[in-house]
Parts: sequence; structure tokens; C-alpha cells
Amino acid sequence: MRALTWHGKHDVRVETVDDPKIINPRDLILKVTATAICGSDLHIYDSFIPSMMAGDVLGHEFMGEVVEVGPALRGEGDNAPLKVGDRVVVPFNIACGNCRPCKTGQFSGCDNSIPAEKGDISEVAYGHAVSGIFDYSHMTGGYAGGQAEYVRVPYGDVGPVKVPDGLTDEQVLFLSDIFPTGWMAAENCGIEAGDTIAVWGCGPVGQFAIRSALLQGAAKVIAIDHHANRLAMAKAAGAEVLNYHEVKVREALMELTGGRGPDACIDAVGMEAHGFSPDNIADAAKAAVRLATDRTHALREVIMACRKGGHVSVPGVYGGVTDKFPVGAFMEKGLTMKTGQTHTQKYMKQLLELIQLGQIDPTFVISHRLPLEEAAQGYRLFKDNQDEVTKVVLRP
Amino acid sequence: MPTDTDAPITPANLVKQPGDQTYVSRAITIDRSRDVLYAFWRDPKNLQRLMDNVERIDVVDERRSHWVVKGPAGADIEWDSLIVEDDPGRRIAWRAEEGAQVANRGWVEFRDGPPGRGTEVHALIEYDAPGGVLGRLIAKLFQREPNTQTRRELRRFKQLMETGEITTSEGPRGAGRHEKEEA
Ligand SMILES: [Zn+2]
Ligand SMILES: [Zn+2]
Repeated sequence: MRALTWHGKHDVRVETVDDPKIINPRDLILKVTATAICGSDLHIYDSFIPSMMAGDVLGHEFMGEVVEVGPALRGEGDNAPLKVGDRVVVPFNIACGNCRPCKTGQFSGCDNSIPAEKGDISEVAYGHAVSGIFDYSHMTGGYAGGQAEYVRVPYGDVGPVKVPDGLTDEQVLFLSDIFPTGWMAAENCGIEAGDTIAVWGCGPVGQFAIRSALLQGAAKVIAIDHHANRLAMAKAAGAEVLNYHEVKVREALMELTGGRGPDACIDAVGMEAHGFSPDNIADAAKAAVRLATDRTHALREVIMACRKGGHVSVPGVYGGVTDKFPVGAFMEKGLTMKTGQTHTQKYMKQLLELIQLGQIDPTFVISHRLPLEEAAQGYRLFKDNQDEVTKVVLRP
Repeated sequence: MPTDTDAPITPANLVKQPGDQTYVSRAITIDRSRDVLYAFWRDPKNLQRLMDNVERIDVVDERRSHWVVKGPAGADIEWDSLIVEDDPGRRIAWRAEEGAQVANRGWVEFRDGPPGRGTEVHALIEYDAPGGVLGRLIAKLFQREPNTQTRRELRRFKQLMETGEITTSEGPRGAGRHEKEEA
């Protein structure tokens, strides 16, 4: 099959590789019909992500048609939730559905989805092994991704969600990651009637966080970025916008909230890193250090701006350590911080319904469409123009 | 290694000894009953699926099994393992019989976790390799990374018991510089 593979800094290639095979009883094979480039893929492109291996197949946002199912998924009834021919969208993170985290809805904390021999790095770095994620380096399992014609989906009875007829690929593709991620970021704000939510970073995840906060009942959302195009997109959703190149963010926020500060703040700056870079434990590249500083700056700003007793929501942005955490402000103001990789599986069906009801149309975020064969060009385009390029959809 | 005594080893009485002994103590919680976990572990043939480097495990009788492990430089290492304690649903202890190239012993215990939280599996394994060049190679295989090996074995045990599979990311790859070190 054809697949996009990583070979080093700014070197990704579409090449012919082996087709994936069913290995485990609960596997399924998907024929990919649409896949997206995530902002976090750019960190791989920039070589900021450790434990990548040359030849890794990229892509963690994808959907398609089931073409083969493993023996445990054959048969009728509950054992056959999906059949060959079903059209599904697949969560970026892999979950077994059987362990205690999975059973309690904490899918991104799945104990079993990382291959045993891949769990050592994160166990040392974080105290516990992380869960599996498609592509995204060997630290998260070394799974082949979905920027390819075909992809193997482990635990195929848990993650993939069937797409009803009448919805296009583009309408549901972002259920794989950025929509649930933005939704959970908003949910972690514990929104109550009358609340004002401030969102730092208007990339794709920030955009979905803005819309999710409004859908969850926020009275006002304030979006902060410097890319004109992204701010315009936030404004179109109904947010008030602040360009941090033009105003002092904290002062502006105090003014917009009558001096109280936002009830909750979401740090979605550079969000698409999925928590492993650039402020990464194993990455000492100078550029990465600079970015890490910028990011910690956003987190500091969030904590300083948030009202007393408010919520700070940090979607999976951080992977390393920081010595700039304003623990005093955090404690003295009695803030609550919620964070984590997205429990994608928990939200997909609910969000699919919102799409069906027409309450949100996720296609707003798409700026570019390319065939898979031109994926390398898509990466270059995305990297060079982050104002104009919000989301690139690839078609195998 | 004191194979002349079968006194139980517990984390509490463990003191790192000078010399070649290596102790590994490790616990994992598995969402299955003590009886199910015990039954799997009691059959040595099952353990092969969990372990790296194990070429073959032959069951000799109720308490004895013969182990063949891929050793350094293509040489297999073999020993007979004897179950010395067997408390169904609770504890299994074993030791290599006299004359093993790699003396080893250990135990695994199955304890109820807090209500609804599954079973805590506690394992303790002790290795002791002989001296000499071969000894050093064996030590490298068994002792430098015994922690890693035990950790991975218990993770696979949990995966298999909870999901029915051993998780793998084996799959298609591009033509890359495969020698680039992973994990
Ligand atoms: Zn993503
Ligand atoms: Zn799980």
C-alpha cells in the first residue's frame, strides 16, 4: 500500500510499504478514506519528538471502511459490533475497554494499550506507562498510523464508532481527536450559567474548545491568539477575541470580566503536541527550549488571570517539566487544574449526535484538501503558513 | 545464591548482597479473580507467552518443568524448575534445582485488592549467575535488565488476563534506517 512515512527532520515521504495484517483477535483493518494532518504531526515533522524511528507511518486522525475483522470480532451479537463494510471514525488513542481506567471512562489512561516492551520510557519519565496512540513515536507504542491506504486498528471493538449514512467524511473526521479534545478541555472548566471562559491558543483544538464551551453553556468566551485568520474563525463562532500582539492580555481580560478574571481558562497554546513535546523530557534542542519557554509563559498567564476559585483546563499540552510553575498563585487563589490526554472514546458518540443535530459543523476548520500522494507538500504548507492553514485533509 | 535454604524471601528481609545476586520485586493489579490468575500461572506452559527469550518450557511432572532460554552467543541456557510451595489461589513459589547454570528462585502471590479493584499480583524473583566469561554474559542477560523483563512480563500477564490478547504494535514500516535505536 501507499503510506506517508517519517525519515527525519522535514523529511516525510509517501512510499510503498507492506499492507497491515490482522495480528490479534480483536484487530480490524481499515481502508482509510480520509485522514488529517494534526498540529502535533508538525512536531514530528520538526523532529521534536523523541523515539521516532525512520520508516514510521504517520497519522493519528483518520477514518474509513472496515475491510477485515479479527476472529474475536466475527460472529453475531455483541461480539460483532462492527462488520466488514462499516464506515467508522477511529479515536487517536487506543484503549482496551477491559482495564479499570477504561471501565471507568478514563480511556486515555488505558493500562493495556501500550505494548509491554514500549512502556518503559514513560514509566521512567512519568512514574507510569502511558497508553497507546497511533503513530506519535515509540514512546506511545510505535503503532503505524493512518496517513496510509490501510491501517490496523487494535481493540477494534472499543474505539471505532460507526458513522450514520448521510454524514460526509469531513463532517465526522475530527471526532478522531480535535473535537473531543476541545470538548473535554471545555468540560474540564466545570462551566456554570453565566461563566466567562478564556481560551489561550486558537489552533484547531482551541477552535473546538471555544465552540464546545459555548455549547456547554458559557455566557462568554474570550479567545486569545495572534494569527488574524484564527482570531477571525474564533469570532465567527461567537467569541470575543484578543490579539496578544495588540493588547496586554491580563489587563484586557480584567476589563472584559469586571475585574473578576475569567471563571475558567483553557491553555490550548500549541495544543496539538499531545503532551510529548516540544518541552520534552528527552529533547534538548534549542528551538524546543525556546518553544517550551513560550508555552510555560501561557500557563503562567492562565493561572495569573483566572479568578479566585476558578478552573484551569490544560488539554494534553505538556510532556516535560517546568520550573516556572506559579504554584503560589495557584494555591493562594484556590484554583482547580484539570488536564490529561482526551478520553476520546467517552465523547465520540455524544458529539456525533451534536453533528447530526446540526449544532456544530466541524468542517469549518478545514482549510486545505490534498490527495495522500501530496502529503509531504501538505506538511510543508502547514509548517510554513500557520495563519492560513488550520487543517489539511488527505485522501488516499 | 543460598539455594541450600528454602526460607521465604520477602521484600522486607531483602538486603542487596555483595556479589551477583539480583532481586526483583514487583506488583501489578489485574482485574481478574485470584483463582483465574493462579490457574494461569500454575501451568508453566502458559508463562512462555509472557516472556522474552524463552525458547521452550517442558512440563516434567506436577511440580517440575524444564526451561530452555536463549542465551548469549547462541548458546541455550537450561535448567529444571521445581515448585516448592503451592497454595491454590494464593501463592506459588519455585526454585531452580541444584546445578542450574543460572540459579534462580522466586514466588508470586495473588492478593485481593480493595473491593472491586481486582487482584494484586506480587512477584519476587532472585537470580544468581556463575562466574567466568559465560557467567558475565549470562549475568548481562538475566541481571542487568531483570527489572525490565519482570515489568514487561507482568504487563503482558495483565494484558492477556484482562483483554485476551498481548498488545502489539507490529505493523507496516517504510524503508528506514531500522538500526536506529528504539525504546
Ligand atoms: Zn491530533
Ligand atoms: Zn484499557
